[in-house]
Amino acid sequence: MTPQATPVMTPDMIPGRDGVTTSVTIALNRFGLGARPEEKAPADPKAWLRRQIDAYDKQPPTIAALPNTFKIIADFGPRPGEARTAEDAVTKQKLEAAIRRGARAIYAAAAEARVMQAVLTDTPFAERLVHFWTNHFAISADKVLVTPFAGSFEAEAIRPHVMGKFEDMLLAVEHHPAMIFFLDQTRSVGPGSLAAERRAVRKGKRDIGLNENLAREILELHTLGVRSGYTQSDVTEFARALTGWSINGYAADTTAADSPAGSFIFRAEVHEPGTRRILGRSYSQSGEMQARAVLHDLAVAPATATHLATKLARHFAGDEPAQTLIDRLAEAFNKSGGDLPTVYRALIEAPECWNARPAKFKTPHDWLVSVLRGTGRRTFQKLQTAPKLIQLGQPMWTPGSPAGWDDVAARWAAPDALIRRVEAAHRLAVLFPNKLDPRELAPQVLAREPSTGTRAQIEGADTRVTALTLLLVSPEFQRR
Amino acid sequence: MIETPLHRRWFLTLAGAAATVALAPRIAFAAQAATERRFVFIIQRGAADGLEIAPPLGDADYVRRRPALALDPASALKLDTTFSLHPALVQLGEMYKRSEATFIHAVALPYRDRSHFDGQNVMESGGSAPYRVRDGWMNRLAGMLPKTRTPPTAFAQTVPMALRGANRVTSYAPSKLPDANADLLGRVALLYQYDPELQPVWAAAMEARGLAGSDAPDNNPAGVGRLAATFLKKSDGPRIAMIETNGWDTHNQQTRRVTQLLGGLDALLASLRDNLGAAWTQTTVLVATEFGRTAAANGTGGTDHGTASLAMLVGGAVKGGRVIADWPGLAPAALYEGRDLKPTTDLDALIAGAAAETFGLDPARAAATLFPDGLAGRPLDGLIRG
Repeated sequence: MTPQATPVMTPDMIPGRDGVTTSVTIALNRFGLGARPEEKAPADPKAWLRRQIDAYDKQPPTIAALPNTFKIIADFGPRPGEARTAEDAVTKQKLEAAIRRGARAIYAAAAEARVMQAVLTDTPFAERLVHFWTNHFAISADKVLVTPFAGSFEAEAIRPHVMGKFEDMLLAVEHHPAMIFFLDQTRSVGPGSLAAERRAVRKGKRDIGLNENLAREILELHTLGVRSGYTQSDVTEFARALTGWSINGYAADTTAADSPAGSFIFRAEVHEPGTRRILGRSYSQSGEMQARAVLHDLAVAPATATHLATKLARHFAGDEPAQTLIDRLAEAFNKSGGDLPTVYRALIEAPECWNARPAKFKTPHDWLVSVLRGTGRRTFQKLQTAPKLIQLGQPMWTPGSPAGWDDVAARWAAPDALIRRVEAAHRLAVLFPNKLDPRELAPQVLAREPSTGTRAQIEGADTRVTALTLLLVSPEFQRR
Repeated sequence: MIETPLHRRWFLTLAGAAATVALAPRIAFAAQAATERRFVFIIQRGAADGLEIAPPLGDADYVRRRPALALDPASALKLDTTFSLHPALVQLGEMYKRSEATFIHAVALPYRDRSHFDGQNVMESGGSAPYRVRDGWMNRLAGMLPKTRTPPTAFAQTVPMALRGANRVTSYAPSKLPDANADLLGRVALLYQYDPELQPVWAAAMEARGLAGSDAPDNNPAGVGRLAATFLKKSDGPRIAMIETNGWDTHNQQTRRVTQLLGGLDALLASLRDNLGAAWTQTTVLVATEFGRTAAANGTGGTDHGTASLAMLVGGAVKGGRVIADWPGLAPAALYEGRDLKPTTDLDALIAGAAAETFGLDPARAAATLFPDGLAGRPLDGLIRG
């Protein structure tokens, strides 16, 4: 603890109704990913957070070591489409099983690297923002076509743009195969497109057409937000504008030889011709530029600013953030044309984020990361984070829906989830090095003195493992 | 750590606390006569396609609207002159024949905007618009009933919106992690004793664990049904339960995916029936989804977000063997906004009626409690045996 840190006593601090939270505690836990023992506490917490915006590494070595999307596809062997054309059922089953196994292996390695990066990073606030944006633009790895690309999606569409413009991140996300596959965009065909017309002539019927999924989720989840005034007709028109957005090599007839399999391609033959009218504006652009123009307008729309500001405020300041904070963040977004660092600086300055009362209950992922940081270790043998996170109830990159994981305590402070956390803590406790007594370790891991109640439980524990388990499931470690 | 007198004292406190936990609730609840009736809500998250689950094969417009997706009439059980049942629902078909299942078609919430997350919030909160009501209708229903030793239970890792609120509830899902020992669990109880949020959550977790016994079932539909039945059939077990099913958002490969999902739902319902034993005759199971899907197939072998769908009441307490539908038809002019099955029955009115009749509550009072923004019509009646 440093002299600059402002100690705040709160009578209603839980448990034991006592405890001391400082601005260092808040910077390390609420903005960051947890304290590492024996690491020097930041002298000026706000400056420490601001510095991370500049010090952020878009491509840290842990992540850079992973294969990118093109390499994943090139090395993968069997193509997802291949199983469909297999001659007999046995071959087909074998191929499908091999595809799933291969995809899971790539996914598990990326999940492991993601957690290690969170443990090792010296810019934990920036890393939190990577996680925030990945969850905002959620894909779900339980879809087989998405599984192998969940990690490369974060590395290629999110990480490069976390300290840039929102519009650039939006464009990178909607062009990435993980998102295009997740929301069925490769299969959406303009009913009046060349391809549909040709097929109708050939087969005598019209059996291919639009899929609204991507268009709807961009409006509802990625940009404007639900109930912001768009209509069904806006969704359908946007879906028409998006026809043609596809991935090279996905199907045999879509291969363009001059770019690698897995890269974005625009397929003019499935694009719905004509001018589109969306949210009162006309888009007469041709080809890929039509949907790009829509995305540009969405990226800078005031409703988008409010939507993103609300989610950021909820993520850092509490489940029910103050309207004043939301308004200030939205204003920072609007005035800067969606410059994300400007919004982050407003967040760091906001007094609403520095309330001494715990603001958030850690998600299983963030809890696991803070446990691992708390061990002070930089290497682990067979961490196996993917199965650990499944057991904790938050499998990596698998929220199951494009809305991402819920960001409120009611979702995570639940009976079964809490038992799982205790059981996991019991097993993770052995990772803590033996040289420190749990009583000495507690204030270093918590970045504050433990409450009287927690201290008593740690001191009264019958074994070192029990004491550490209790520290890791204590109210002050689970909240931030 | 060295054993000290302090340690010893904590241990004794722990043993005392454990004994108190075990005894107190039994005394507290023994005097109250709990209802014998059970109400289970199986939620289908993702907008299940009622038109494929109970297709109106007797409606010529159905085949016209979805030539590729329409079921083969020969494979489906005929429910009445208009409706048939998806062939994957074998056991449910048997229940229908034994008058233990009612299908309610063209049913919808008061919500029309086709967002899953808003739709589910409306369905679970019981409000007339998203995020208008802060707690869930099942939690408020629990408030109208005598307390049971084990409170209303979600068979899920966390408590879904429908069960959240002021009344005590719990969640339970089999854990694959090795058991933490009982001593540690008791210490955690002491750690949380002054924490107003974690203390009740932990107490609920311990109670649910005690009730489930040691034979944790697998995470499969039949296993979930067996687990839920183990809780529900106990005399002091929960009377209200919720089970979540996911994956109904079939924008593509609908035929294969719906068949698989309905196979799971069928196994879940059959397992509930088989494992509840005699308690099945006292049970109402509601199956419902946030909204339906487009009347016509989309361009990718699936359907997009729609409006009205199908709900089911299943169980020995249900006056079954019929389809309730004010069928609007699927002719182009009959469709809602020219694309979806038009809603003609209010899902909230169905829920209010089914819940009230299951527990012998005044339907008007139940409706006002469960749906505080008001119902469009009156609660449906004649759904459940008296």
